[in-house]
Amino acid sequence: MAAVQDGQLNLEVEKDIKTEITNDGSGNINANSSSPGSTSSGGKSKSPAGSGEDQQTLLAVLQFLKRNKLTESVDILRREAGLSADADDSPVSESAGAGSGGVPSVGADGGDANSLLSRVSIATPVAPPDCGLDSHGGLATPIYFHSSNNCACTVVAASGGEDQPDVNVVLSAYSQQGDPVLYPLYYNGLKKFIESVLDCHRAELSQVFYPLFVHMYLELVYNNHENEAKQFFEKFSGDQECYYEEDLRILSSMSKKEHMKGNETMLDFRTSKFVLRISRDSYQLLKRHLQERQNNQIWNIIQEHLYIDIFDGMPRSKSQIDAMSGSLAGEGKRDANKAKVFYGLLKEPEIEVPLDDEDEEAENEEGKPKKKKPKKDSMGSKSKKQDPNAPQQTRIPLPELKDSDKLDKIMNMKEATKKIRLGPDNLPSICFYSFLNAYQGLTAVDFTDDSSLIAGGFADSTVRVWSVTPKKLRRVKSAADLSNIDKESDDVLERIMDEKTASESKILYGHSGPVYGISFSPDRNYLLSSSEDGTVRLWSLQTFTCLVGYKGHNYPVWDTQFSPYGYYFISGGHDRVARLWATDHYQPLRMFAGHLADITCTLFHPNSNYVATGSADRTIRLWDVLTGNCVRILTGHKGPIHSLAFSPNGKFMASGATDGRVLLWDAFDDVELDDFTAATGHIHLPENSQELLLGTYMTKSTPVIHLHFTRRNLLLAAGAYNP
Amino acid sequence: MAEERRPKQCTVVLPTESMKAMAESIGVGQLQEESCAALSEEVSYRIKEIAQDALKFMHHGKRRKLTTSDIDHALKLKNVEPLYGFQSQEFIPFRFASGGGRELHFYEEKEVDLSDIINTPLPRVPLDVSLKAHWLSIEGVQPAIPENPPPAPKEQQKAESTEPLKVVKPGQEEEGSIQKGQGAISAEAKGKKEGLMRMKPRSTHELSVEQQLYYKEITEACVGSCEAKRAEALQSIATDPGLYQMLPRFSTFISEGVRVNVVQNNLALLIYLMRMVKALMDNPTLYLEKYLHELIPAVVTCIVSKQLCLRPDVDNHWALRDFAARLMAQSCKTFSTTTNNIQSRITKTFTKSWLDEKTQWTTRYGCIAGLSELGPDVIKTLILPRLTVEGARIKAVSEGPVVSNIDKIGADHVQSLLLPRPTLTVSQSGIGGSGGSRSPSIIKVPSSLTLMSTRPGTPTQPSPPATKYIVMATSAGASSTQQVLDGSLVITLSSSSGSSVTSTVASATSTLQPLVKLESRAASGLGGSRPLQKYIVVSLPTSASSSLESKSGMLPPSSSSTSPISLEAGMKMDHTGCVPNGTLLPI
Repeated sequence: MAAVQDGQLNLEVEKDIKTEITNDGSGNINANSSSPGSTSSGGKSKSPAGSGEDQQTLLAVLQFLKRNKLTESVDILRREAGLSADADDSPVSESAGAGSGGVPSVGADGGDANSLLSRVSIATPVAPPDCGLDSHGGLATPIYFHSSNNCACTVVAASGGEDQPDVNVVLSAYSQQGDPVLYPLYYNGLKKFIESVLDCHRAELSQVFYPLFVHMYLELVYNNHENEAKQFFEKFSGDQECYYEEDLRILSSMSKKEHMKGNETMLDFRTSKFVLRISRDSYQLLKRHLQERQNNQIWNIIQEHLYIDIFDGMPRSKSQIDAMSGSLAGEGKRDANKAKVFYGLLKEPEIEVPLDDEDEEAENEEGKPKKKKPKKDSMGSKSKKQDPNAPQQTRIPLPELKDSDKLDKIMNMKEATKKIRLGPDNLPSICFYSFLNAYQGLTAVDFTDDSSLIAGGFADSTVRVWSVTPKKLRRVKSAADLSNIDKESDDVLERIMDEKTASESKILYGHSGPVYGISFSPDRNYLLSSSEDGTVRLWSLQTFTCLVGYKGHNYPVWDTQFSPYGYYFISGGHDRVARLWATDHYQPLRMFAGHLADITCTLFHPNSNYVATGSADRTIRLWDVLTGNCVRILTGHKGPIHSLAFSPNGKFMASGATDGRVLLWDAFDDVELDDFTAATGHIHLPENSQELLLGTYMTKSTPVIHLHFTRRNLLLAAGAYNP
Repeated sequence: MAEERRPKQCTVVLPTESMKAMAESIGVGQLQEESCAALSEEVSYRIKEIAQDALKFMHHGKRRKLTTSDIDHALKLKNVEPLYGFQSQEFIPFRFASGGGRELHFYEEKEVDLSDIINTPLPRVPLDVSLKAHWLSIEGVQPAIPENPPPAPKEQQKAESTEPLKVVKPGQEEEGSIQKGQGAISAEAKGKKEGLMRMKPRSTHELSVEQQLYYKEITEACVGSCEAKRAEALQSIATDPGLYQMLPRFSTFISEGVRVNVVQNNLALLIYLMRMVKALMDNPTLYLEKYLHELIPAVVTCIVSKQLCLRPDVDNHWALRDFAARLMAQSCKTFSTTTNNIQSRITKTFTKSWLDEKTQWTTRYGCIAGLSELGPDVIKTLILPRLTVEGARIKAVSEGPVVSNIDKIGADHVQSLLLPRPTLTVSQSGIGGSGGSRSPSIIKVPSSLTLMSTRPGTPTQPSPPATKYIVMATSAGASSTQQVLDGSLVITLSSSSGSSVTSTVASATSTLQPLVKLESRAASGLGGSRPLQKYIVVSLPTSASSSLESKSGMLPPSSSSTSPISLEAGMKMDHTGCVPNGTLLPI
C-alpha cells in the first residue's frame, strides 16, 4: 500500500506478502531509528531479530521464489535477510515444524510453500502468480515492500504476537469445502442453541453471530456458490446488529469470487481475526455444544478466523457488550490495552517571567506593587512538581524553546490568568466565523492557539489564511531587499516585513486536490495541509510559500496535525497508515499501521508522546511515538470516527463519530486490569442527556466544521454558510 | 426496515439491455446473453464499489451532496481515468428517451456556437470567499441578530402549542414512553424536573430595549396615518424572522384594538388591525396557534359585528367583512385540528346567527361571507339549502315597503354575495379559463336562477368565467341592455337611463340607485386591438357625494388611455385581500 500503485495484480501480490511479514515480524521500530526509508537498514534491522518463525517465513518465500525460477530475487532476498545460501533447504522442515505453532504440517517443506502459493493465488485467483510477478520486472517489489514496511507492520505483530499467527491456516482460509446447502442449517442450529442458553450467556454468545455470518458468507462466495451465498445472506443478514449495516452492504455487493480480489473489507476480514471477549463459562458452553453436534464447519471458522479472548468472571451483559462492540474487527484485545500510558503533561519549562509591564504600571499607580511576585512564584512552583503519570521529559526529543516561544508562553500564562471558569451556570460565549461564498467548498478549518489566524482548506485545492486581528498578514521582503536592511537595528523583525503585501488574507496555491486537513504550528510560523493528491505540504507563514511537500501517502491524506511542541507532525489517510514526520525530514520517522480502514482523523496527545488516530474501521488507536507501538485500541463507536479531542490535562479523550454519538474516554489509566467487565472505558454521551448537555446553539444553515477554545475560554466556531 | 432494504441491495444489478446498448455504442454488435449477464453483474459491483469510495470523499468534503468530482476522485483511487466532461457542482440533467423498446438515459450536450460564446459578455466573476464573524451565543444566550436563526423555529412553536401535554404534564404518556426502562417514580420525578426546565424558557417573553422600540414603531406605523409607513411595518411583520418574542404583545394589541374600535365604530382602524393579523399569518416563522384565543374573536367581530362604522349606509364595511372572512378561513385551514375544532366551532357560530330571524342584515352578510370562504363543502351543506329562504327574505326587503335604507343596502349586499358564489364554482369548473367561449352553464344553477327570478328586471346573463364579479342591476324598472358582441360579452347595465358604459358614474349619480357593480369588457369594436378590460365601478347614492368623488378618482374613463392593466391588478388585489386604499378607505 505504501508503494506506488502500478498495477492491480502486483499490488495484490505485494499486499499479501506484506501481510505475511506483518504477522511474523517482530522487528522493533526503534531499530530503524530515523531513517526507515532506506532499504538496506530496514532489511538488516529485521534479520537479527528474526526468530524461528521469522526465518521460516523467509525460507518459505525463498522456496516459492525458487519454484518460480526467480533466482535473481532469491539472491536479493537472501542478501537482504542475511541468510546463508545453504540455510534454505534443510532448516525449513525443522523450523516449520517447530515454528508453525502446532499446525499439523505434513511434509513441512512442501506444505509451507504450498500454503504460500495458495495465499498468493487467493489474492490473484485469475492470474497465475508468477505471471503477476514477471510482469513487474523481477521481484524487486516484494523486497521493497519488505523493507519499507517492516517498521510499519511491527505494531500488528506486537499486538497479535502471542496468538501464534497460524499463517498456513489463514492462507488456505476459504479453500476447504463444506456442503453449501448445510450452511444455513449450521447457522440456524447455532442460532437456536444460543437462543436457548441461559440469559446470562446469551448476550455474550450472540457476539459470535456476526463474524460467523460474515465468514460463512465469504466461504460460500469464495467457493463459487453464488446462489447459496445470496440465500444465506438474505436469510440471516436481518439478524445482525444494525450498526454492521454498512459492512453488510459491502458484503452484499460481493457475490463473486472475483470480487473478493482487491476488496479491502474482504481483506480485512481474512487477514485479521475478529476479536471477541467471552467469559470462560460461556465459551465452554459453546465449545461443548459444537463438539457434541460435531459441527466442524462452525468450529473451524471459530478457530481460524475468530480470536476469542477468554476471561474468568461473570459473563457480560448485553449493554456492556454493546458499549464495546461495533468496530470492524471486534473489540480490542485485552492485552493490547495493557501497556502503560504516560498521560500526564510534561513539566513546563521554567521561564523567568518578567514582571508584567502593564500590570506593574497599573499597580504603581495604585501604589501597591509588591503583591505580584509571590503569586508568580507560586505558579512557578506548581509547575515544577512532576506529574507521576507524565512521561520523562526527554522521552522523545523535543525542540529547544526559542525566545519567541518563551514570549508566547508568557503571553499564554497571562491570558490564562484571565481565563473564565466555565460551568453549567457560566456558559461560554461563542463567536462564529462564517465563510461566505465558499460554494460548498470549505473542507477544513484551523485556528492558531492564540486565535489570531484562521486557515481554511478548500475543495479547489487552495489554502487560505485570514488574520482575525487588526494585524495584517505581511510577507517577508525579497532576498535583495533584505540585504539592504540594517541587521543591528532593534526593530529588524519589523523591517524585514514588506508593508506592500499587507492584507487580511492570503491564498496558498500548491495542492492538486481538495485540502482535507490543515494545522497551524504552535509558533504560528508554519501551516500544514493535507490533500487528496496524497501529499502533506508545509507552508511558511512568513513568506507564504510552500516549503516542503511530504510525499509518502500515495492516497488521499484525510488529516494532519502538528505536535503541541512543534517540529513533529502526524498524518493519516486512505492508505490506513498513520505517519509521524519531523518537519526537517522528508521521510516519515514512524509509521503506525494497524487500522483496518481509512484513518480519518489524527491527534497529538498534549504531551506529544502519544498520537491518537480515529478510523473508518470504527476504532480509535493510541500509538506511542517513542516505540511506534499501539498502546490502546478503543472500540465502541458504531460509525466512522471523524473527530477527536484531548482534554488539556491529557487524561481524557473525546471522540465523535457518524453514529451521532460522542464518547468520552478515560482509558489511559490502568483501569483495565482483569475486571474490565465492569468498566467499558468510556462514558456515553447520548444526544439528549439532559445532565450533560448544557446548550444547543443553532446556526443558520451553516454546518460547523471546527471548534476552538481560546486561551480565555471563548469558544470559536467556523463553518461555511450554505444558502 | 433494514431487513427489507438489504435483500434489495443484494440484488440490484444493471439490466442486461444496458450492457447491450453500451456494447453497441462502442461497436460490438452481437453480445451474447450470457456475457451480458456476467458483464452487468460485474459492472454493477464495480459501480457500487466506486460509489462507496465516492461517498468517502463526500464525507471528507463536508458535504451532503455527492458531486461529480467525488466520483472522479474515487476513480483515481482505483487507478482509473476520471470521466471527463462531467464537471458540474450541480445536478447533471440526464435526459430520458425511449424508442424501439429501448430506454436510454443520456446526457444531452448541445452544440454550441463558439462565436456566440465569444461575443457574449463575460459572466460576472463569482464573489471571493470572505470571512465574517458574529456572536452565536453570549454567555449561553443566543442574541437575536439576523445571522442567527430565529430563537424558536416554527416547528418548535407548533410542537409547544399543539402538544402542550408533553411540557405541562410530564410523567404521563410521552415521558413514560421515553423513559420506559426506568422505574415509574424516578421517571416521573425526572420528567417533572425536565418539564420545569423546559417550561421556563416558554414563559420568558421579555423584550429587549431594541425590541420594545421596534414594537412601538411597528404598532404606531400600523395604525398611524402614513400609508407608506404602514406598508413598511406590515412588510416587516410579514417577513421578519425574530418576532416570536413579540407575538403575545401583537396579539393583545390586536385584540384590544378591535374591542375598542368596534365600540367606537372606527372602521379604518379595524381595517388596519385586520391587515396586521394578515401580516402575522403571512410570516413564515411564526406559529400563531397559541394566540388564536385572542385573534379569532377579534377577526370574528370584524366579520359579524352589527355595526363597524359610523355611517353603515355609506362606508364600505362590507369589504372589511369579506377580508376578515378570508382571514378566518385561512386560519381555519391552518390551525384547525381535531382537538381545537376551530372550523366547526366557527361554522356553528356563523350558522346560528344566520338562522336567527332577528339578525341584522350586516351580521347576516358577515355570516354568509364567513361561511362561503370556508370551502365548497360548507357552501354545499349550509348555504345552498338556505338559498330559497334567504332569497325570499331579500325579496321581502327589496320589494316590500321601505323599512329602512340600511336594511335595503344590507339585503342588497347579501344578495350580491349569494349570487356570484355558486356561479363561480360552476363556471370555473365548466370552462378552463378561456376568455372566448362562454357556456351558459350558470343558468343551470338553481340557486342563481332563484335569485335571478326574484327580480323581474334582472337579466339572466352568463358570467365571465375568470372573474367573480357579476353585473347586475338591482332596482326594479331599471332598464338594462345586454350586448353580445362576437363571443366576447359585454353587458352594459345602467340603472336609470340605459346610458353607455362610459357614463356609469354619471348615471349612478343621477339616480337614487343604491349600488351598481358593473363590469364591462371593451368590445372589439370599441378598443380595436386593445386587450380586454374589466372595470369595477362602485357607485353610491347621491347623498354620499363626497365619498363618490374619492371613488371616481379610481375610475378611469374607459375612453381614456389609462392603462387597463393597472386597474385589473387593482381588482385582483382587491380580491386577494390586499385592499387597495381607494376602495376601502372612507376618508
